[in-house]
Amino acid sequence: MAERERILKIRDLRISFKTTNGQVNAIRGVDLDLYKGETIVIVGESGSGKSVTTKAIMGILANNAHIDSGSIDYVWYDEKTGERQERDIVQMTEKEMGQIIRGRKIAMVFQDPMTSLNPTMPIGKQIMEPMIYHYKNSKKEAYAKAVELLQLVGITDAEKRMKNYPHQLSGGMRQRIVIAIALSCDPYVLICDEPTTALDVTIQAKILELIQDIQKKKDLSVIYITHDLGVVAKVADYVNVMYAGKIVETGTINEIFYDPRHPYTWGLLSSMPDLDTNEDELYTIPGTPPNLAHPVAGDAFAPRNQFALNVDYEIDPPMFDVPGSATHKVASWLMHENAPNIQMPASLKHRIENMKKEGL
Amino acid sequence: MNKYEYQFAPDSFELVGDKVDISKDVVAPVVPFWLDVWRRFRKNKGAVIGITVIVLIILMSIFMPILSSYKFDAIDSASANIKPNAQHWFGTDNFGRDLWVRTWTGTRVSLIVSFAAVVIDIVVGMTYGMISGYFGGMVDTIMQRIQEILNSIPTLVILTLLMTVLEPSLFTIIFALMFTEWIGMSRITRAQVLKIKEDEFVLASRTAGASEVFYIFKELRTNIYSQLIVMAMMTIPNAIFYEAYLSFVGLGLTVPNASLGVLINDGFNYFLSYPYMVAIPVVVLALLMLSFNLFGDGLRDALDPTMKEM
Amino acid sequence: MAEAKAKEPILVVKHLKQHFPINRKFTVKAVDDISFEINAGETYGLVGESGSGKSTTGRSIIRLYKPTAGSIVFNGREIGGKMSQEDIKELRTNMQMIFQDPMACLNPRMKVLDIIAEGLDVHHAYSSQEERNEKVYQMLELVGLSREHASRYPHLFSGGQRQRIGIARALILNPDLIIADEAISALDVSIQAQVVNLMKKIQRESNIAYLFIAHDLSMVKYISDRIGVLHLGHLVESGTSDEIFSNPLHPYTKSLLSAIPSPNPIVEKKRTSLTYDYKTSGLNYEAGTEHYVSDTHYVLGTDEDFARFQAEAGMH
Repeated sequence: MAERERILKIRDLRISFKTTNGQVNAIRGVDLDLYKGETIVIVGESGSGKSVTTKAIMGILANNAHIDSGSIDYVWYDEKTGERQERDIVQMTEKEMGQIIRGRKIAMVFQDPMTSLNPTMPIGKQIMEPMIYHYKNSKKEAYAKAVELLQLVGITDAEKRMKNYPHQLSGGMRQRIVIAIALSCDPYVLICDEPTTALDVTIQAKILELIQDIQKKKDLSVIYITHDLGVVAKVADYVNVMYAGKIVETGTINEIFYDPRHPYTWGLLSSMPDLDTNEDELYTIPGTPPNLAHPVAGDAFAPRNQFALNVDYEIDPPMFDVPGSATHKVASWLMHENAPNIQMPASLKHRIENMKKEGL
Repeated sequence: MNKYEYQFAPDSFELVGDKVDISKDVVAPVVPFWLDVWRRFRKNKGAVIGITVIVLIILMSIFMPILSSYKFDAIDSASANIKPNAQHWFGTDNFGRDLWVRTWTGTRVSLIVSFAAVVIDIVVGMTYGMISGYFGGMVDTIMQRIQEILNSIPTLVILTLLMTVLEPSLFTIIFALMFTEWIGMSRITRAQVLKIKEDEFVLASRTAGASEVFYIFKELRTNIYSQLIVMAMMTIPNAIFYEAYLSFVGLGLTVPNASLGVLINDGFNYFLSYPYMVAIPVVVLALLMLSFNLFGDGLRDALDPTMKEM
Repeated sequence: MAEAKAKEPILVVKHLKQHFPINRKFTVKAVDDISFEINAGETYGLVGESGSGKSTTGRSIIRLYKPTAGSIVFNGREIGGKMSQEDIKELRTNMQMIFQDPMACLNPRMKVLDIIAEGLDVHHAYSSQEERNEKVYQMLELVGLSREHASRYPHLFSGGQRQRIGIARALILNPDLIIADEAISALDVSIQAQVVNLMKKIQRESNIAYLFIAHDLSMVKYISDRIGVLHLGHLVESGTSDEIFSNPLHPYTKSLLSAIPSPNPIVEKKRTSLTYDYKTSGLNYEAGTEHYVSDTHYVLGTDEDFARFQAEAGMH
């Protein structure tokens, strides 16, 4: 493997929210690395903290949020001097964030293209605006670049489309515009927050392929947030499984899909029916995610875990390395040397074997 | 690594997953709605001050005229134009009437007018808005046009016309309010009804077979009343001001009756020589309006939690 | 489910049209001439993209809209046109709906007990308050919640729990048919599985029929006995799940199936989906008629279209 360059490093990030019902510990110690040109996916249920994590990376946390500890380090090369810069954005002021990071270094594609576009402004203007703001480009330059971007995101008749309003376009087209806007200031990290859930199945794949294509052309690093394992399977290089504000399993896509170790990952993989599922009952993870307004004793997943150990109720498991892999890490006491030897459920094992065969 | 800092018990690594009932549902604890509202309300300092001042003023306007030895319309030319002192706390006016009593009597009238306005708002405005919003189509179009016509006639014109028929009195003012005051409320109600009408829980109620009247009341009312309470609170300062304004231009109550407007009007004549005559009722009026505004604001935030705290 | 299929269908939809006039010149044909049947104890899946008319179909059948044309026969009664009091009662007790948005489908200002009991209240289906509450408690337990939850307000529940409350509300009058309009799309994967299992369990126990409207094909395949594919208000293909998935004929169905993401990275990374565009496809849905393919498998198209579909599929 060629030398990988780390451009984003998150260490022990903890974020809490002050709400009327008390303090909610939404993020409880997250570590995350993003390397140049690679794609990581954060997968988890709603309320697992995946959106909060990316909002912290963007520096757009809500007012009642507080970063209790941790660091979010960005690495980039100065546009003019080419000098290597490393900054922790947790220490940055709001103004610096707006000028240096947001839009220019990192941009975001939101779930619903209808609500993330301004309905009263032609799309061309919406793409040009950030360029004029950030780079003080002239209108002409910005216009030329906007047309180019529209072509890049696969919109035909780009010049004509510049004058269109969002409601004149289909859902898939709108999402392409959102991507064009995100790319307008040449960020090197793109965050996609459930970019396809609001779209029709037939268009979903097209949008994902577009993002992958652009990623290759521009050497972008992409962070996806999703709960859809199909999306994960399509785009990911590395997968982070998140539960109750913690990353419970991380590894390459093949490690997570073909050699999952955490009971929660087992549950996630089993509960999605594939086209061959014929069993009378789908596997489910029982219960509901914990309420993080209450203190969590031990492993937050223990109450829903049929493989919970006594120790799970007492202390939160650390990240264990999976033997034989540099990338695969699991936060489960089942990985401890003294733990009983527990294998993934037979039905999942069977399924994974089928999946491997299918691929060959 | 911290995994070795922990002393494991012998049974630490025993499976317990299948021994505990893991299918139990966890539901957030119950917090009564009003307690929740009160908690949020309490945090808003302005609103708490507002409600305190309102309660104080209401109590004063009820009890002060009763407790005082002076009558609000007792003329005593021997003690005219006295500045505030120990006998007459707010002084006396040109006819020697005690301004302390007159101010609180006037406040009482102003409050009565404003509460009447709220009742009109709720009865007329809410019903009108609900019918218009719920039935939609032709009914809505006609009702909206009628409302616009009413709204386009200047209130002052209606009032002047009314005065030629009716005696200026408290009743006349309330009657005048009835013509236009409810329109704002009916608009808000209509907008709310239009929004909620398409919500899935209303559709669910229809698929269950709820007849129109059944759910117009049960489903809609419960979901718009917090907006309505707030709207009503905002009506009060308007009505108080409206009454003061009518009296000031001479279309309201007549002497010797007192209202905040009448007092301001009277005091205004002697503004240069006796500034306290106008200053005191103006301060009370301003306090009252400000307090209701603050209270209404706080109530809106408390009743309408965005629930998006994360 | 073989014995269920022998029964009379409980719902027969024939040539249903639902048009919405926008202004004098323009009418949206949300549903344009569709026909299908649902048997007792069966799950019929209706799939299609947004704007295909699948939700409208569901809402027309339960008469939230008045159908423009066509007939809907439910339990032997015509409910597509003007309804008598008895028809209305039949419809409102024996057909119920589960809605999409677990946040919006429960009245936030009503207690769970009263939400679930609403059907009972409307139809006065109890003799005492105790009986009413007891019925609600039984429903809550059936959907995996406990009776203590009855006195709470909806905002205290998670998405999956709310959807189960929605199911309890739909079940309280013992309906024969439940229309599930994207009932699981707003839920997380693991919670979707919980809700689907619950729906299947209820079906096994009470022989209820579902009209399952969704855009997630893998879940539709799993839960449905038969499937109808809707596109632009037309039912372009219908048949059993196996027929549709193993032998899709219509190009739209094919593109839809090719778009299903697979949770298998090796397959998914190589997958390319087919493109289908009605405008350039040369098909005319309005000119097409239903063509018999095999058993229960039908496809929409003109005679030439049909011949071409079959040629492409390598039949005959």
